[in-house]
Amino acid sequence: MTNPFKDVLNSKVILLTGTNTTANHPIIANYIHEAVTKRGAKLIVADPRKIKLVDISEVWLRPRVGTNVAWINGLMHVIIRDNLQAQAYIDERTTGFDELKKCLAKYTPKYVADITGIPEKDLIAAARLYATAGPGSIFYAMGITQHTSGTNNVKSLASLAMLCGNIGIEGGGVNPLRGQNNVQGACDMGGLPNVFSGYQVVTSEDIRDKFAKAWNVAKLPDKVGMAVTDMGNAAGKTIKALYIMGENPVLSDPDSHHAAKGLASLDFMVVQDIFLTETAKLADVVLPSSCFAEKDGTFTNTERKVLRVRKALDAPGAALEDYRIIAAIAKRMGYPMEYSNSSAIMDEINALTPSYGGITYARLDKEDLVWPCPTKDHPGTPILHVGRFARGQGVFFSIEYQPSAELPDMDYPFVLTTGRVHWHYHTGTMSRKGTALNRMYPEALAEINEEDAKRLRVADGDYVNIVSRRGSIKVKAVVSNMTDRGVAFVPFHFYEVAVNQLTINALDPVSRIPEYKICAVRIEKAA
Amino acid sequence: MSTVKLTIDGQEVIARQDSSILQAAKSAGIKVPTLCFHERLNPIGSCHLCVVEVDGKGTPVEACKTPVADGMSVVTSSDMLAGMRRKSLQRLLAHHPLDCPICDKAGACRLQDLVFELGVRADTYEEPKDRVEVAYATSLIKYWRDRCVYCQRCAAACREIKGVGALEFVETDGVLELTVDPEKCVSCGECLQVCPTGALTENLSPLKARRFVGKKVATTCTYCGCGCQIELNVLDNRVASVIGRGDAAVNQGSMCVKGRFGYEFIGSDQRLTTPLIKRNGRFEEAGWDEALDLIARRLNKIKSEHGPDAIGGFSSARCTNEENYLFQKFMRAVIGTNNVDHCARL
Ligand code: SF4
Ligand code: FES
Repeated sequence: MTNPFKDVLNSKVILLTGTNTTANHPIIANYIHEAVTKRGAKLIVADPRKIKLVDISEVWLRPRVGTNVAWINGLMHVIIRDNLQAQAYIDERTTGFDELKKCLAKYTPKYVADITGIPEKDLIAAARLYATAGPGSIFYAMGITQHTSGTNNVKSLASLAMLCGNIGIEGGGVNPLRGQNNVQGACDMGGLPNVFSGYQVVTSEDIRDKFAKAWNVAKLPDKVGMAVTDMGNAAGKTIKALYIMGENPVLSDPDSHHAAKGLASLDFMVVQDIFLTETAKLADVVLPSSCFAEKDGTFTNTERKVLRVRKALDAPGAALEDYRIIAAIAKRMGYPMEYSNSSAIMDEINALTPSYGGITYARLDKEDLVWPCPTKDHPGTPILHVGRFARGQGVFFSIEYQPSAELPDMDYPFVLTTGRVHWHYHTGTMSRKGTALNRMYPEALAEINEEDAKRLRVADGDYVNIVSRRGSIKVKAVVSNMTDRGVAFVPFHFYEVAVNQLTINALDPVSRIPEYKICAVRIEKAA
Repeated sequence: MSTVKLTIDGQEVIARQDSSILQAAKSAGIKVPTLCFHERLNPIGSCHLCVVEVDGKGTPVEACKTPVADGMSVVTSSDMLAGMRRKSLQRLLAHHPLDCPICDKAGACRLQDLVFELGVRADTYEEPKDRVEVAYATSLIKYWRDRCVYCQRCAAACREIKGVGALEFVETDGVLELTVDPEKCVSCGECLQVCPTGALTENLSPLKARRFVGKKVATTCTYCGCGCQIELNVLDNRVASVIGRGDAAVNQGSMCVKGRFGYEFIGSDQRLTTPLIKRNGRFEEAGWDEALDLIARRLNKIKSEHGPDAIGGFSSARCTNEENYLFQKFMRAVIGTNNVDHCARL
C-alpha cells in the first residue's frame, strides 16, 4: 500500500474494487466504514459482487467479470472529457499523458457500457465524484490482480489515481490489499525469483557481489528463476525436486489436477508445514514446523508496517521453527548457517536490505516502523511518493481492454469466479482445524444468482455440479443476488470441493498470476 | 480547528473546540471515572458516572457528551459528585450479581474496578425473579443477561466500528433488552471486546484462564494482511483466549472472527509432531537426523546430476520475514538457484 490504512480517514472519496473487504480485510473495512459514516467520505464500489460495503456506497458499478481495464479507461475518459484532471500535478510529476489521452478517446461511456454492462450515467457519476470530491484513495485486491490482464488492471488504477493527483498525498493512494498475512514480507525478503531482499535484482552484478560477499559464497546465480506457477508446470520435467515451506499448492494452484500430477512426478519433494496438507501427502519427506504462536520474528502487514511476532507456546512434539530447519539442512549440505535467534537474522537483514536498514527488534518494541526505513534514526515512511515518485516521473501507461482468456460460450455459459469467505482462510489448513469457524461456515457454498437459479430449477440448499473444461465439482448452492446473472462464486478453502480443479491455468504475462477470477463453466442440478 | 480556553479543577486548559469536557480533562491529565464511554465510539451517556459540575449549570452534566465552551469552569470532584457517582453505581449493582468468583471477566472488569475505586457496597441487590438464559446469535459468544449493566457499548461498537448493526437495545415497558439479529451477526466478537463487564464472554475455549492468571503475550495475528495486534492468553502451553490490543495503531483493539476465534488449530491434535519419511508409499515416523540427512543427500545428488536449476523452493506468506529471508538465502547460496517464489499470486 502507498498509504497506511488508517489514512483512509482523511479521504473524501474512496474507490473500492475487486475486494470483498469486509470478509477478507475486516479491519480496513472498519476504517472505510468509519470514513464514510463519521467523516463524510463518499464511497464508490466497482465490483461484480454485491459486497457488504455496497450498502453505504454512493455509487455501485457492477462490471462484467474481467472488464476492469474498460471501466477504468471509461472513468479516465470522462474525467478528461470534462476537464477534471489535476493538470498541474500531471505536468509537474508525470509523463505519458498525451498518449493516454489518445488511447482513451474511444472509451466513451457508451462504448464502455457495451463492454462492461455499466450504465452510462453511473460511470459518469463515479468519474465526477472521484475527480472532484477531494483526496481520493483506491483499494483493490485479488479481484483486480487474478486475471490474465492483472498487471494492466493495476497500472490502469495507478493512472486513474495520478490523473487526479491522488498519489503521494494524505487520504490518497493506490492500495493493494494483500491476502495472506505476510505476503508483503515474503516479497520484501526476496521470496521471489528475480530479487534478493528489498527488491534488489539478481541480474545486477554489484548486488550479487554484495550478497555473495556477505554470505560467503564464490558466486550467486544471475539468471532470473522460475515463478511458482511455472515451477508447477515444469515439475517432473526440468524441475526434479521441490522444497516447499508452509504452502499448499495442490489446493491453491489453478487447474489443481494438473498441479498434483506434476508434483507427484518429481524425483524428490520436501514439505515443511504444521499439518499434513494435501501437498504434504505427496512429499517424500515431511518436516514438522512451528506456527506463529510458537516463534519469534516479524510480519509485514499490507501497509508495509513491520510487526513483532512473539513466542507464546512451545511447539508440539519434535516440531521446530522453520528457521532452525532451514539452517539445519544448509549445515548438512556443507554450508554453515548459525543464528542464535531470530533477532540475529534481522541484524543480517538490516545490513543487506536498505529499506529494512533501521528496523531492529529494539525499535519495534517501542514504535511502529513502516519501510522504507534505511537507518537506525529514520522514522519510516508511512506514505510513499510524497513530492515525487520513487522512480522519478510517474508514467501513464496507455492500456487497451482485452477480453479474458476463457469466456462463456454455448457449452460453458457461466462465469466462475473464486475467492474467500469471512470465516475461512486460504486452503483452510488453519481455519478448518478448529470447531469455531466450521460452526459458522461448515461447507463450501456456491453463490448463484436468483434468476439463474430459477432457470436452472435450483433452490437454495440444492446441490449442483459445476463443470469446466478441466474438471467438475459438486457443491451446495446458495441463491442470492450477491453475484450477477451468469456468474457463480465458489470459495477455495475446501479440499473436498476443490474449486481449483476447474480454474484455468492462464497466467498474466508479467506477474504470472493465474486467472482465478474468471473461467467458463456450466452448472447443472446434481442428481 | 480552533481552540477554546476553559478551567478544570482550577487548572487552565486549552482544548479543541469540538472536544468534550471528558477529552479536555484527559488531555490535562485529570481523571474522570467513566463506564460507558469508549474512545472509538460516539458518547453513549448511559452510565452517568462521568458527571461534573459546570459553572452556571444548575445540575451536574455528563462530561463525556458535553462539549467544551470558551471560558467554561468545570469541577470534576466534590462530595456531591462522589455521592452521585456512588448512587449511579449502586443502581447498577442492584441488578448485577456480584458473581465475580465465577465470572470470566474478574480482574479485568471495569465494573469491579469502579466498585473498588469508589468503595461501594451492593446492599441493594435484588435477585431477578426469573432468570432467563438469553441465547446469543452465535454459539461462540455467551450473553449473561444478569451481568449486563446496559452501558450499550456492544451495540454501539457493532454499529459504529463494524458497520454490522446486529445488536440493538430495545425498550419495552421501561425495560431495556439486548436483541441480536442472527442474520447479521458474523461472530467477530467486537461486542465482547468492548463489554466492560462479564456480560458478554467467549464461549469457545474449554480452558478457563482469567486474564491475570495466564501468560499474556503481545503478538501479531496470523490470518490476513491487516496484521492485527493481539494478545494471546496462555495457560499450560495452550491458548485460552485472544483479545485485540487496544493500544495498537493498527487495529485499535478490533478483530475479526478468524483472529479472535480461529486459534484452535494451534493446539490441534492433527499437528505434525515428528518428521515423516515416505517408504513404499507410506509415511513412517523418523528422527530429525535421519530426515535431514536424507534431504541433504538427495538435494546434493540432484544438484550434481541435473544442476541447481533443477531444484525449486516455495517460501511462504505465512512464515516470518526472518524465515523467508533465510529460505531465499538457502536457495540462492546453498542450492545455487533463483527458483524461489511463494504463493503471493494465489
Ligand atoms: S484479526 Fe482478522 S482482520 Fe485482524 S489480522 Fe487477523 S484475520 Fe486480519
Ligand atoms: S461515561 Fe459518560 S455517561 Fe457513561
